[in-house]
Amino acid sequence: MLRVLSLSKRFGAVRAVDDATFEVRDGEYLCILGSTGSGKTTLLRLIAGILRPDEGETYIDETLMNETPPEDRNVVYVPQTYALFPHMTVLENVMFGPVARRVPQKKAKEKAMSVLQLVRLDHRTDALPSELSGGMQQRVALARGLASGAKLLLLDEPLGALDARLRIELRGDLKRIAKDSGLTVIHVTHDQEEAMSIADRILILRKGRVQQHGTPFHVYRRPENLFVANFVGRTNFLEGIVDSRDREKTTVRLRQNMYIDVADTSHEREEYIIVAVREESTHLTRDDPGEGMNALDGEIIQLHFLGYSTRFEVKLKNGDRVSSLVSTDDPIGRVKMGDRVRVSFNPRNTLVYDYPTLGLRHELEVY
Amino acid sequence: MNAVADVMQKASIIMDDLSSKPAVRRLFYAGAVLFLTAFILLPPILGISLKLDLVSQVLDNEALMARAKEAIFWSFSIALTIALLDLVAGLPMAWYIARSGSQLVSVIDALIDIPFIIPTVALGFSTLLFWTSPSSPISVLGVPKLSPGLALILLLHFAFSFPVIVRVMVGELLSYKSVYETAARTLGAKPFTVARTVTLPILRPALIAAFLLAFARSLSETGATIIVAGAFENGPVFIKNAKDAGLEGPMVLVSFTLILASITVFALIRILGTRLKIPINMVYPRPEAILSSARSARTRDIVMFVVFFLFVFIPSVYITFPALGALSDGTLGRAIAGEGVWSEYWQAMSLSYVIGFTATLINVAAGLPIAILIARKRLGKTLTTLLDAAVNVPIVVPSVALGVSLGYFWRSFSFLPEFWIIVFAHTAITYTYFVQAMAAAIEGIPEEMEETARTLGSKPLNVFRRIIMPLAKYSMFSGAILTFTRSVDETGATTAVSNQLKTAPVLLVSWVKHTVPATTSDIALGISFLILTSFVSLLALRLLVYRRR
Repeated sequence: MLRVLSLSKRFGAVRAVDDATFEVRDGEYLCILGSTGSGKTTLLRLIAGILRPDEGETYIDETLMNETPPEDRNVVYVPQTYALFPHMTVLENVMFGPVARRVPQKKAKEKAMSVLQLVRLDHRTDALPSELSGGMQQRVALARGLASGAKLLLLDEPLGALDARLRIELRGDLKRIAKDSGLTVIHVTHDQEEAMSIADRILILRKGRVQQHGTPFHVYRRPENLFVANFVGRTNFLEGIVDSRDREKTTVRLRQNMYIDVADTSHEREEYIIVAVREESTHLTRDDPGEGMNALDGEIIQLHFLGYSTRFEVKLKNGDRVSSLVSTDDPIGRVKMGDRVRVSFNPRNTLVYDYPTLGLRHELEVY
Repeated sequence: MNAVADVMQKASIIMDDLSSKPAVRRLFYAGAVLFLTAFILLPPILGISLKLDLVSQVLDNEALMARAKEAIFWSFSIALTIALLDLVAGLPMAWYIARSGSQLVSVIDALIDIPFIIPTVALGFSTLLFWTSPSSPISVLGVPKLSPGLALILLLHFAFSFPVIVRVMVGELLSYKSVYETAARTLGAKPFTVARTVTLPILRPALIAAFLLAFARSLSETGATIIVAGAFENGPVFIKNAKDAGLEGPMVLVSFTLILASITVFALIRILGTRLKIPINMVYPRPEAILSSARSARTRDIVMFVVFFLFVFIPSVYITFPALGALSDGTLGRAIAGEGVWSEYWQAMSLSYVIGFTATLINVAAGLPIAILIARKRLGKTLTTLLDAAVNVPIVVPSVALGVSLGYFWRSFSFLPEFWIIVFAHTAITYTYFVQAMAAAIEGIPEEMEETARTLGSKPLNVFRRIIMPLAKYSMFSGAILTFTRSVDETGATTAVSNQLKTAPVLLVSWVKHTVPATTSDIALGISFLILTSFVSLLALRLLVYRRR
């Protein structure tokens, strides 16, 4: 459906999109996940043809689109503000696309009515956009895109202007409507939970560069680099040196001669590495965690009650800090600030990365 | 009918499709830039340059040189003084309208516009009568009456530049987020301190813009100034006198100097204005607390109203009294019958309308693409800034000097009838008003709407027709009406370019200067008709704006 090859766009000295390459399949729901300023919107506007790339190519259904104006790409762009035309009613807004594509008025109206039914707004056809709630405006924008007959829908933070509860409700609606209509969707967001819950695949963008592209599960479980490991989910990072390795495990020496085992065996002895472990993969205990488990002694220095769980920040004996998520029902959750605890995790639940040339902090920087 | 509709629809489809082609779009914008260059920018520069050799006539004539230098000096001195005085007087009035919440606000707000609505030539005559007539209330109160000259020019310029400052500042104060003021007040600052250290520094660009507009208006005004000047000469009056005396050399010298100097002064104020710092680091608790007190505010309001009514409002509307007299002394009958001087008056009036209408049409067609280029920054940041500056040249340059230059330029095309020379002069002078109004309106429409409409399959021209036009049509009408009114009232440039034809304001100046035998009642009634047309046009504008709201 969509193929983007080495797409780049600069604004002065800033590389907003830098050598982006990826594909979106027919009927797929892709979420582009990145922080503010990561180039998500620019990438969307390049695909829509609103911006011209400095380099690279965009193919839709194997046709090169670089010189094709936005109106001839059959791609609908829905900005964060929805850009509903304030002087047109809901029906006129939804009919705009078909009429622009010179569909006869009668057919255009039928099409508009059918998509308004799909988004459950067929009772508000005569309302002006200013008379609708944020959620309704969002659905009108979606209906307008659907009615235009476009096969590819580009949604720029479509749920960004809505309150938390409505966002969760509309996530389901968005995916349902897209799948029912056989649409291909690219949905831009900075909300990883939103991306995880709605996307068939996720593309992570940082400073204009694609970091990883895959299913939510794959991106979460197998982050390809330190940035993704940090950006998606919450991860602890421990700096160390490979002390020894055999066929099944590697032993890593942390600062002040603390040792842990990891399942990865790809690094050489004395190599500097970073060990990543998800906070939900760690456990707090006062006892011996059992054979084969890593155990690091430390002291509780902060706790954040989240309702369903509590996040504990533990300062290890060597000064490193590790966070751990404990279910509210777990008895260990009753520990207090200053209590001594042991942080344990399974070597198989760790990921190992080369130590970055410019340091860990630089590697994790979002902006 | 159906066949016509079909043809129209097909034509619109073809036009829409053409608008999608980058080459066609480039050609469309290039045409507008070419028009701007050929009709608005080059004529004022080339026209005067063609005649620079005439300057040598003046250089040897010491007396004439001294007069010319003095006239130029006074033009800038008056403009600077007026802009400063109006800023001092207009700012409290703007504050009162935007902030006081008083029930009087809507009345005062409407009264502020009076000197703006009245054509300047009418304002000149009204001011003249108010300050010099033996029957004026000023004389009745025992205040010694003034003679035409510098003092009267200052009073006149103060009156017609006042609404400019108030309008700009009211707009800015209303759109300014008062949350900054609230934050400063909760941090312990008194209202005066807040205004000095928070509000005014934030509104500095608007203050500079208001100052520049008042400065430009004073520098450029010709028709009314001629009426109240007497023997005194500033730049425009000198040019008019030189033209009447057939002295081309001095006329060219002063026009050229005014054009050059005004562009330089404006550029300097723009550049230096951005560096101007309002002192905000020091706070003077005691004096600022006194100035913030209710008593100080009351005193300020009283002074402000006295200044407004005595120096702006009453002198502007004083013309009403002789005009009312004209209704009962038979002047109205002669006017309707077109007897005596009135036959020429109605011809001049018709000519003013036809010229105003033609110039407006040309500006709508030629100015719209430029407004889009500016609003959407289609040429990039630097070129857009340059284009924006170029569009503003006609209002920066004194209109009579512009007229002299335009006259020389267009007369070099001997086949051009005088009517078209005046139309082109009016087109150049009013161009800025339309482009600025449209650019501001288009800027207010989020670009995302255009982009989304394009991705929905709409061609650029179709987007313009279906999205931009409906949303900006009121601003387009407003811009067109402003352009039309400005053209109908234009005096300075028309005086400079016309030889045979006379527009209404030019004719009225000759009535006031007694080069044509007209009575005070004739003048007052003639001016009233002109006011009436301006009033009707601006009323239409207001109705449009209210309907929009």
